[in-house]
Parts: sequence; C-alpha cells; structure tokens
Amino acid sequence: MRRAEIVTAFFLGVLSLYFMWKSGEGPGWDPDVARFDNIGLILDEGPGSGFWPFWLSLIMLLCSVWIGINWYLRKSPPSQSEEPFLDHHAKRTFLLVGGGLLGFLILIGIIGFYGAIFVFMIYFIGGLGRHRLVPTLIISTAIPVCSFFFFDIAMRIVLPKGYLEPLFLPLYDLFL
Amino acid sequence: MNKHMRSFLNTAGALALSLSVVTGPALAFEPDKPVEFVIMAGQGGGADKMARLIQSIIEKENLASRPLIPVNKPGGSGAEALTYMNSVSDPDHTVMVTLNSFFTTPLRQPGLGVDIMKFAPVGRMAEDTFLLWVHKDEGIKTFDEFVTAAKDRGREWVMGGTGKAAEDEIITDYLNNNYGLEIKYVPYKGGGEVAKQLAGRQITSSVNNPSEALGFYQSGDLIPLVAFTAERLPLFPEVPTLNEVGGNFVYSMQRAVVGPPGMSKEALAYYTDLFKKAYDTADWQTYKTKQSLMGNFMAGDDLSQYWSEQRVRHEAILKASGAIK
Amino acid sequence: MDILFALMDGIVVAMQPTNLGLAIAGVLVGLFVGAMPGLGSVNGVAILLPFTFVIQEFTGSATSPMIFLAAIYYGAMYGGAISSITLGIPGASTAVATTFDGRPMALAGRADRALVIAALASFVGGTISNILFTAFAPPLASVALKFGDPEIFALMLLAFATFIGLGGDDIPKTIFSICFGLVLASVGFDIVSGEPRLVFFDISGFSHGIRFLVLAIGVYGIGEMMWTMMSSQSHSAMSYVKITRQGLIAACREFASAWRGTAIGSFLGFFVGLLPAAGATPGSLMAYGVAKLTARDPKSFGKGNPDGISAPESANNAASTGAMLPMMTLGIPGSPTTAVLLAGMVIWGLQPGPLLFSSQPDFVWPLIGSFYISNVVAVLVNLAFIPVFVWMLRMPFTILAPVIFVLSLIGTFAAYQDMFDVWLMVLFGFGALLLRKLDYPLAPAVLAIVLGPIAEPKLRQSLLFSDGDFSIFFTRPIAGPITIVALILILLPIVKFALAHIRPAKR
Repeated sequence: MRRAEIVTAFFLGVLSLYFMWKSGEGPGWDPDVARFDNIGLILDEGPGSGFWPFWLSLIMLLCSVWIGINWYLRKSPPSQSEEPFLDHHAKRTFLLVGGGLLGFLILIGIIGFYGAIFVFMIYFIGGLGRHRLVPTLIISTAIPVCSFFFFDIAMRIVLPKGYLEPLFLPLYDLFL
Repeated sequence: MNKHMRSFLNTAGALALSLSVVTGPALAFEPDKPVEFVIMAGQGGGADKMARLIQSIIEKENLASRPLIPVNKPGGSGAEALTYMNSVSDPDHTVMVTLNSFFTTPLRQPGLGVDIMKFAPVGRMAEDTFLLWVHKDEGIKTFDEFVTAAKDRGREWVMGGTGKAAEDEIITDYLNNNYGLEIKYVPYKGGGEVAKQLAGRQITSSVNNPSEALGFYQSGDLIPLVAFTAERLPLFPEVPTLNEVGGNFVYSMQRAVVGPPGMSKEALAYYTDLFKKAYDTADWQTYKTKQSLMGNFMAGDDLSQYWSEQRVRHEAILKASGAIK
Repeated sequence: MDILFALMDGIVVAMQPTNLGLAIAGVLVGLFVGAMPGLGSVNGVAILLPFTFVIQEFTGSATSPMIFLAAIYYGAMYGGAISSITLGIPGASTAVATTFDGRPMALAGRADRALVIAALASFVGGTISNILFTAFAPPLASVALKFGDPEIFALMLLAFATFIGLGGDDIPKTIFSICFGLVLASVGFDIVSGEPRLVFFDISGFSHGIRFLVLAIGVYGIGEMMWTMMSSQSHSAMSYVKITRQGLIAACREFASAWRGTAIGSFLGFFVGLLPAAGATPGSLMAYGVAKLTARDPKSFGKGNPDGISAPESANNAASTGAMLPMMTLGIPGSPTTAVLLAGMVIWGLQPGPLLFSSQPDFVWPLIGSFYISNVVAVLVNLAFIPVFVWMLRMPFTILAPVIFVLSLIGTFAAYQDMFDVWLMVLFGFGALLLRKLDYPLAPAVLAIVLGPIAEPKLRQSLLFSDGDFSIFFTRPIAGPITIVALILILLPIVKFALAHIRPAKR
C-alpha cells in the first residue's frame, strides 16, 4: 500500500505537468503565438484560454507534492499501511473482471454491442458466476434482445453492430 | 472468427439484402437501416429545431422507408461533426444539418483536414436572417440613432453573440470597421442565451436570428433596427435593410443538409429528392414563414457553387478581422 | 383569485381522459427512461418529439402533446433516483447527489426506505415548486433576467463553498480531486476564445469535451462496482430487503423526520432551476451541500442520512419545474430538456415569450394543471413499483454485477452515441478504483465537472464586461453579497484548520 501511494502521487504529478504543458497551446491557425501566451490575464479581457486549466493543474501538481511529503512523514493512512495493495482475491477479481470489461469493449468494435453483450454475459454468469448452462443462456440471450427492442426500436438509438450488421437488416424491415 | 462463421454471416447478409430488395419499392437507392441525422450544433438551437422538425415531417408524411435519427455533435463549433462526417463508415446512411460554421470552422482549425467541397450537396432548406436588436428602454428607434449612441459610449457598448469568430462577430466587426465604432463583443453559447441577456439589459445589443428574439419582439421588449438582408423581411415590414440606410452588407446563415464525402451518386439523388419533398410540405413552408426564414431549395452543382462562393467570402472576412492569417 | 380559477379550469382540462391518459403514459415512459443509466429526460423528450405530431393531429391542440412531454420530464426525475439507489449508478446527471446517501442506505438493507423517501421528497419538491410557479411566474421571470454573468458565477462559487465539506479528511487529496474535475471540465472547446484546447494526445474524441456522465458512470458504475467486488470475499454485497407494512410506515416516518432536507431542496432547487444556465444538476448538488452544511450531524452524511436523499431528490424535481418557467415566459431554455420542449412548442406553432401567458391561456393553464396531475400520477406509480425494484436487488450478485456493467456501457453510449465516451468511461472507472483504494475522495471531482463548464465561461464573460476588473463580482447588488457569503464559507474551514494547528503550538 505504501509503495502504491507514492507511485500514484508521482504519476498524478506527471499528469498535472502534462495538463499544464497542454494548457499553454496556442490556436491552431496561428503558429506565431508562443506557448504559454494564453495562461495569464490579458489586458482589458481577463483570463486567456489557458488560464483556468493551467493554474488549476499547477495546484494539482502542488497537491501531488504535498501527498508525497505526507507519504514521507507517514501521515496519511495508506502511507502507514504495510499491507499489500491488492491481496490475492482482489488481484484475481481485478484481472478477471477488468479483463472481461476490456474484452467486452474490444468485442463491441468487432461484433457490435448486442453480440458483445451476449459473450460478456456468458463469460460473467457462466464463467465467473458458475451458474448452470440453461439459466446462463436464457439471461445472456434475453438481455441483448430486450436491449435491442428498447434502444434500436423503441428509443431509436442505433447501437453499433460491427460485422453482425447484415443480421439486423431484416429486423428493421419488420419493426421500423 | 473462423471460416464457417464468416461464410454463415455472408449468406445471412446476402439473404437479408435480397429480402430488402424484394420488399422495397423499385428505386435505385433506398436506405436499409436507420439514417443518422447529424446536427452540427447543440440541442435547442436553430439548426437543432430545424433538424427535429424535418425529421418529424418526414416521419409524419411517411417520406422515407427508414427513420432519420438525430444525433447532436456540437463539439468544437462543428469541428467534431465535420471530422466525424469525414471518416464515417457508412456514407450512404449519414447526413448532416449545417450552418455557417461549415465554412468558418475548417478555416479556423486547419488541423482538421476537412475539405468542404468534397461533401455531398444534398439540399439547402433555407437561409436564416440576422437583425440588429436593442432593448426598448435604450430609447433608440433607428439605425442612425444606434450609430450615434454606440459612438458616444465606445467600449461601454456591448454586443452579445453566439460563439467566437462566428456569424455574430462577423457582423459586429463589419459595424465596428465601417462606422467607426468600438463595440465590445462577448461570446455566449447559444442565441437563446444572448436574447435573454439583452432582455435583461445585461448587454446593449445583439444580432439574433428572428426566431431567437421573436417572443421579446412581440412583447415589445426588443426592437429590431435594421435587417442584414437584401430585401425587407415579410415578418418585419417596417424594418429597413442595412443597404437602405446607406450600408453595403448582406449576411445570412445557410441551413443546408449535406452528405459525407464518398456518398454514392444514387444515395445523393435519393436524399436530395427526400429533402425536396420535405421542403415542399405545408408544414415546412409554414415554419419558414413564421420563423422568417428566406432562401429557396438549392441542390447539386448550384449548392456546390454557393459553397465555394461562401468559402471565399468567409476567408476574406475572417482575414480582415484577424481571426485567421 | 383569478389565478386560482384559471388553475382550476386548467386542471379540469388536464383531467380529460385523453390528457390524463397521456400524462400516465408519459410518466411511465419517463420513469423507465430516467431509471436507465445514461438516459435522462432529454433523451425521452427528444425521441418522442416526432410522435407528438401524431398526438397533435389527433387532438387538434398543442396542449395534449405538451402534457405528454412534460409528464415524461417529470417521470424521468423520479426515475433517476431508482438506479442511483438500487444499482449505485446515477440514472441521470440530476440524480448523482442521490447516490451519496441512497446507495449506502441500500447497502445497509434499507433500499425500500430510501426509495420511499426519494419518491415522497420528489413529490413534495414538485408540488411546492408547482405552487410557486403558479403564483409567481411573471415576477420570477424578471428575477431570472436580473441574473447576468457575474451573478451566475457568484452562485457557482457558492455551490462550491457548500461542498467544501464533501471531501475526505485528507486535504491535499480533496483539493486534487476538485482541481482535477475542474480541469477536465475545461477540456474541449473554449467558447470565449473560440479555440479547441486540452485535446489530449490530439485524439479528436476530446474535442467535444469530457462529458459529466462519462466521469460519473465511470466512477460509480465501474469503479465503485469493482471496488465492492474486490474488497468483499463473499459474493453478495447487498443485504436482502423484505417489504412489510411496518417497513413502509417507518419509511414514511423517516421521510417526515427528513423534512429539513426536503424544505431546503424544494426552495433551493426551484430557485436554481429558474436561472438559465444553472439547471437541475447544480440545483440538486447544492441542496445536498446546504443540507449537509446546516445539519447538526454533518458526519452522518454519505452514510445513509435520510436528509441526504430528500434534499437532492426534492431539489431535482423542483428545479425541473423551475426550468420550465424561463422556457415558457421568456422563451429561454435552462437545460437541454427544456430546449427540446421549446423546440417542440415552436414546431407546434406557439411562440414562447413574455406574451405566452396572456395570448395563449388555453395552452398555459391546462399545462400547469397537468404538472400537478403528473406529479400525483408519478408518485403513485413510483410507490407501486418499489417492490419490483427491490426484487431486482435479490438477483444473485454474479448476475446483477454484469447487468450493471452492461447498463453502464450501453448507457454511456446511448447518451451521446459516441464510442470514444465508452472507452473513456471504462478508463475513468479503472482510475477511480485505484484512487478509491488510496482514499482519494471522488465526489468533489464529479461535482467540479458539473460546475466547471458553467463557472469558467461566466467568469471570463464577466471580466470581458469589466475590462478584466475583478471588482465586478463585489460591486453589483446581487452578485456582491453572494460572492462575499461564498468567500466566507470557503475561508471558514481554512481559518478553523489554521487555528487548530496554531493553538497546540502555543501551549
């Protein structure tokens, strides 16, 4: 836990620096404007476009340093804890669930939302939950089917379908 | 995906296609899935209102075999919508409602890599108009009085408008440059907010579209001084055009439907026909009159011609005001 | 008296079978849409707009379609609380504050009570604001006009001040969280300079900005859910709930004891909703903040305090009525939903504006009457459905969890139809999980991303007026006092903190 605290603080500090760097970017059509020209108060106009994000990111950076100092002085609870950041159960759950979610996201790009939901539900209910095959199949089929009728047909929000799109055209013929 | 699966999908797809061909009427192109109707602005603005009305008309009159699904992409003053259209996966099932940011945004953000002349000219539904408005308590009745008062007050005179380097600021720049004024311009998110600021006298004047200020006009709170049109507007017969009072400036906002680059000829013909039908409905014509919209239906090469003229004009205007180089 | 007669006439029209049927249908649709994570009233209203033409054709007046849409709007405000409480994912942005105390209450096995409190608070908030609306619509409209940019900014400052106490005990982590939310809020397009900014790694998805829902669903739907799964050895984190009559009576008592939250929420929510640019989400967050700030036991907030549910829930309903006021009397929408309603009114041939009340009484009064009716319908429907929602919680955790994940992903996509948002949402979810483990408070970031996009442009627009002079926030008659109160509230904890650290040193 102690190591995780300082690594996170360091990473957040770097992120703040990147935000500050990015805030200073000038307009795309005018390459003559120098970086960080926009972070101050412009005469008669008030703050420039980079003012708000730049100075707030600076505060973020200072806070990360502060968190680092608290870590060194062992003031915050995570910096006192010698427990591992993730115990065995947590690590396993994180990999299985987080990995499942990433797989879900990638699958959406290939076989669309409805196909991906079906696969994800089978993986989660049948694989991780160890429910029996029949209820798993029923739920995994029912959810994408209900979502299709709710979103695509009733709400008219068309979800991406990837390579499965041809399968849906006859359904549009029937219901739209 | 293995071979069997793929061939199964292909067969299914072919089957589905043949089904829709058999059931559909004998036209060169018909959408076989819902058509995405991208709106280059946020909810509630002029473009959004128009898109939702057209969608409703098409649905009500049963003009299309598949529904149009409005999707707002307001980001970056149209940049989000333009880049989206540029790389859309199915150009035959996507159309977009545009405004003048269609011309100005690619000029202001060259990094987008958008060439508007490659977009498919589906149809121009109308041109929105601009008027100069002041609050009634200002005691100003004519454009000349406005010029005198604004000159007196210098930077104390505040014009509210929608967006930076957009239509409203272009008009403000014109007034500043040609009448020796120093009007201060404050950008807001939408025309409705601008009208509210003017009605509450937070700002001194605006160049709202008629539809945005109509409620306050009817109640007598806001007074139109001059119209930036070629002829007087039927809804405001007593308001002179700027050209009548000695200026030389006509400016309007296109309300056009475009298709993405790469839309097939057949699809373009289909959508032009569809929107022409919508244009001809009584509902659309009533709306046009009530909201004081001008301009006739325009499509194909005429519309492309119109775009290239507008692009040249906007480039000149933006360069003159220092908004681009 | 005239108003009362006009209102009675209006209610009679709203009670006609067609209109009543439409109100019930609208409430049901709204409840369902509102309960869906990601989808809020704006989706329901926008999607059913074309359908209202059919209604108009059928009934021949603009009143019936408007009653239908207004009922959807109402229903969605009730529905938002349902997923906030039962699933822990805010059903709509307006219901985020409801998760703060509703979720802990549900986890403690009192989901039924939380739902009852939410429904009753929504009803009271809606009714109080309806009465305010009926009695004071025209004068309130002119108050809304007096709020210019400096006033709105001062109000946002006040909202922040009420939330100072929301963070955890770790000061740098709390400040980090606030600033992080504020920076994320400025990503995308800068209205004042007309330039894109903070488009991270030049990925075009950032050009539309980081949407509030993306962060909220990431934090609450993915992060919170995974945290629960990782920290509990057992599979079920939820205690089962049994619905009994005694339970319901106890819930009503608990609601009555939370009258303070309801009162704060109803009035504050209505007033904040009234101001264009503010809206229901800041309204409900502010109500929560104020309820906590003025409570005798602020420490119990966030752990299932009934006031922490009744304040935001009454506020978001009150604010939704409040937002109707500038829309109808000034023609200015205060929120995306009212923007779509406004578009509808224009399309049906009405001209909202200062003359609407006098020129279209046949439209206005039945509509106001229908607000009252929809409110009653919504609370009855909602209470009737509570056993169903509670029953859903009995699903085994291994089935409920993937359903929540699926809803989070679909909901994020459906809100703006943008796949980039979905990736970003999951990324935020993983980030939130990590930060949560290290005691970073995340609610301040969620609040900041709501207020930031309003506060920053208002700050800069105000300074454009004053040529960069900050005294504009102190010299104007309305903005001045609000700014001063806000600054005092912000400085108070700092002074307290300093005193607490100086005194022991003196000893």
